[in-house]
Amino acid sequence: MLPLLQDELVKKRRWLEEEELLDLYSIGQCTPGIISINVATFVGYRQAGIKGGIATTLGMILPSLIIITLVAMVLYKYMYNRYVTYAFDGIRIGVVALILDILYGLWKKNVNSYMAAGIFAASLLLLLFFNVSAVFIVIFAGAAGMLLKWRTRV
Amino acid sequence: MIYLILFFEFFKVGLFAIGGGLVTVPFLFDLSEKYSWFTTKELADMIAISESTPGPIGVNMATYAGYHAAGIWGGIIATLGLVTPSVIIIIMIARLMDKYSCNRRVQDVLSGIRPAVVALIFCVGLEIAKLSIVDIKTALMLGVLVLMIHFWKKSPIFYLILSGFAGLIFQL
Repeated sequence: MLPLLQDELVKKRRWLEEEELLDLYSIGQCTPGIISINVATFVGYRQAGIKGGIATTLGMILPSLIIITLVAMVLYKYMYNRYVTYAFDGIRIGVVALILDILYGLWKKNVNSYMAAGIFAASLLLLLFFNVSAVFIVIFAGAAGMLLKWRTRV
Repeated sequence: MIYLILFFEFFKVGLFAIGGGLVTVPFLFDLSEKYSWFTTKELADMIAISESTPGPIGVNMATYAGYHAAGIWGGIIATLGLVTPSVIIIIMIARLMDKYSCNRRVQDVLSGIRPAVVALIFCVGLEIAKLSIVDIKTALMLGVLVLMIHFWKKSPIFYLILSGFAGLIFQL
């Protein structure tokens, strides 16, 4: 996503400097929501206020809305076809393999301290044995991060 | 009524899913348990479709899940619900701050959330694995795919098409 934004926003339209885009991207990463939507809203707002922010966001979701709706409509027709079922049984294994690869990358990047490993282990235990929701985990882990970091600084 | 619930539930996803990529998936898994909108199997299919179409995965997932729950309008409303918190929060931040940056307190909170997201995605992966890895044949296929992905970096679509064909040929 970032290279595309660089091309369009920095080089072609000159709405932003290279550095500003990187700043916006890092804010997009640390605010709630999908990163690219956050960046789009930011850029739109800076160009044309609230309406601009809404316009860029709508622009960002429109391709997904059209493409995914079309794909879903076509798939629904054939979902119960025997061969489509076979293919999707295979594809699901591919999904597991991709998730494992993504997890390996996330693990190396994010579980790199005792604190991170502790929060990872605690979250895993809560999820596996206490059936808590994802919202609960995010609140719990965010609070743990804030308290633990604050304690080590004082 | 279903539209209102869809909007509210996806608003919540947009509010708590922080980051990119598969981060929305654990929240959708929770939704699949709470409502009868889609099953875990269908969630796995959604991941495959979102990975092989253009657009941010989170947005694709919302459109597909919403469509699954309530047709075309369901897809549109779920997606709008997902992005509404972003629009509100980002516009607030842009208004309040002259010099934009993530402050230290926010960084602390994020340093806690990031490892937890790894655990969240792991658990969804586990659920999908339980459904799809059912015998030696499927376990073997997973092993081969994992090694291929690790040593021979290709796009996700390549591996999804490959595993689709494998499913057809071996009739798993």
